[in-house]
Amino acid sequence: MSLLRLKALYQTVILEHAQAPHHFGTVPDAQTVTLHNPTCGDEINVQMVIQDHQIKQIAFTGSGCTISQASASIMTDVLAGQPVAVAQQRIANFSTLITGDTLTADEQHALGDAAVLATVAEFPTRIKCATLAWHAADQLLTMGDDADGRTK
Amino acid sequence: MTTIDYRQDFPILKTRVNDEPLTYLDNAATSQKPQAVIDAMADFYANGNANVHRGVYTLAAQATDRYEAVRDQVAQLLNAARREEVFFTRSTTDSLNWVVQTYGEQFVSAGDEIVVAVMEHHSNLVPWQQLAIRKGATLKYVGLQPDGQLDLEDARKQITAKTKIVAVTQASNVLGVTNPIKTLARLAHAQHAVLVVDGAQAVAHMPVDVQALDADFYAFSAHKVYGPTGVGVLYGKYALLEQLTPAQFGGEMISDVDWQTTEFAAIPERFEAGTPNVCGVIGLGAALTYLQRVGFATVQTIEKRLTAQLLDGLTQMPGITVYGPQTVADHGPVVAFNVENVHGHDVATGLDLAGVEVRAGHHCAQPLMRYLHVSATVRASVGFYNNEADVERFLTALKSVKEFFES
Repeated sequence: MSLLRLKALYQTVILEHAQAPHHFGTVPDAQTVTLHNPTCGDEINVQMVIQDHQIKQIAFTGSGCTISQASASIMTDVLAGQPVAVAQQRIANFSTLITGDTLTADEQHALGDAAVLATVAEFPTRIKCATLAWHAADQLLTMGDDADGRTK
Repeated sequence: MTTIDYRQDFPILKTRVNDEPLTYLDNAATSQKPQAVIDAMADFYANGNANVHRGVYTLAAQATDRYEAVRDQVAQLLNAARREEVFFTRSTTDSLNWVVQTYGEQFVSAGDEIVVAVMEHHSNLVPWQQLAIRKGATLKYVGLQPDGQLDLEDARKQITAKTKIVAVTQASNVLGVTNPIKTLARLAHAQHAVLVVDGAQAVAHMPVDVQALDADFYAFSAHKVYGPTGVGVLYGKYALLEQLTPAQFGGEMISDVDWQTTEFAAIPERFEAGTPNVCGVIGLGAALTYLQRVGFATVQTIEKRLTAQLLDGLTQMPGITVYGPQTVADHGPVVAFNVENVHGHDVATGLDLAGVEVRAGHHCAQPLMRYLHVSATVRASVGFYNNEADVERFLTALKSVKEFFES
């Protein structure tokens, strides 16, 4: 079988994030969004504390495949501490990348480890796995720092 | 015995996926189609197309005859007492929803109980759940024995004088078990409840006799018995059908329409509103002719041997959990499993790169996944056109995928 293609999708950095995800856990007094991938049962819960239009804290919990867990972990690194507008731009850029379009070198650099997820574009059935956490984050950012309630 | 001849009947088996020969092990999702079915459907559109039940011209009469001949075929296949007990829908899901919207709406009231098994596919669960919510009825679940078989003792407790409907699958799409339908029918009927059977995973793999089973309603899909998508079958006992008000109204299902009232057509036309999937039904007819020519004895011999090979290979591989019975004696041609510490989707992507097509996920049975305490499983399911080489390729690819994620 094509182990090369398997290696192209599951690069070491992805496997490492999935095995030891960053920012995995809960943040007190955060706003949260939980999303499901109905085709596979993956669940991702993203939490953020947003103050002064900036992501002060970010974390996630959930269960799912290697791609969904790794992507969530990478995302928390990419968004942590960022102003809301920057975070929203990075999420949009990630969406561009994962659907097979190219980014500028600077945009790609800003996405950190997420750049390696570009290969997911070659596996159309797995794109939803990679984007689940980012959709959750996008929803949290849209709610913004004016929202005082919590979403579940 | 060899399966070579049957493989040649299925053109798709010659295709390649990801530069590898197609190893199709997702028969529980849908079966592939023999050339005989493809030809019958192409021939209908090329040479025989007309609407049914209304034209006075020759072509329409011929189309009607071909369509109605399939009703006879299905009635014989299921051993229905009469041909009028069989009608066509668009899927098993549609058939089951039909029972909910007619029998369920008419006979279930607040305080009544509907009993299903925890292993149900969403199509034999969500419609009942939503009916229970609408009516203020209670939805109850029959659990499993430790080996994954239906727990009949629990069924005896759950089916009570309040039970109006018992709805169970004949064969599980995850655990590979076959349920004791006759016993469940006795339990249901003793409480004056009806038994609704989801036959989606059964009809392609075993002879079904609805009278011997004493099922009140029985549903299955053409696409899982080597026929086309878009056609379902519903069998109902005539005495029950006579009591039901149609859920859909329109053309084909009437005998006389006045300004304010309508007299409905006889059964079964009464329950087939609108132009049916004529070509699809003709495709189903060709599939059943093909399947009966192969014969269930051959189907079961081949599928049993391949299931044994699957179970042996999986249970001997370290770090694999097989759900449901571990022995072939209690096992239909569906095997669900997980690889320790590797998510089902990752396993399925790896197998796909080797041309091995399996299902991964919750298999439209989320309550069962919760019951088993898993979020997803991988499922390999065989049909009689699979062979030892298919199972071997699957096991070899699985070993490589496992090693990749373990390293």
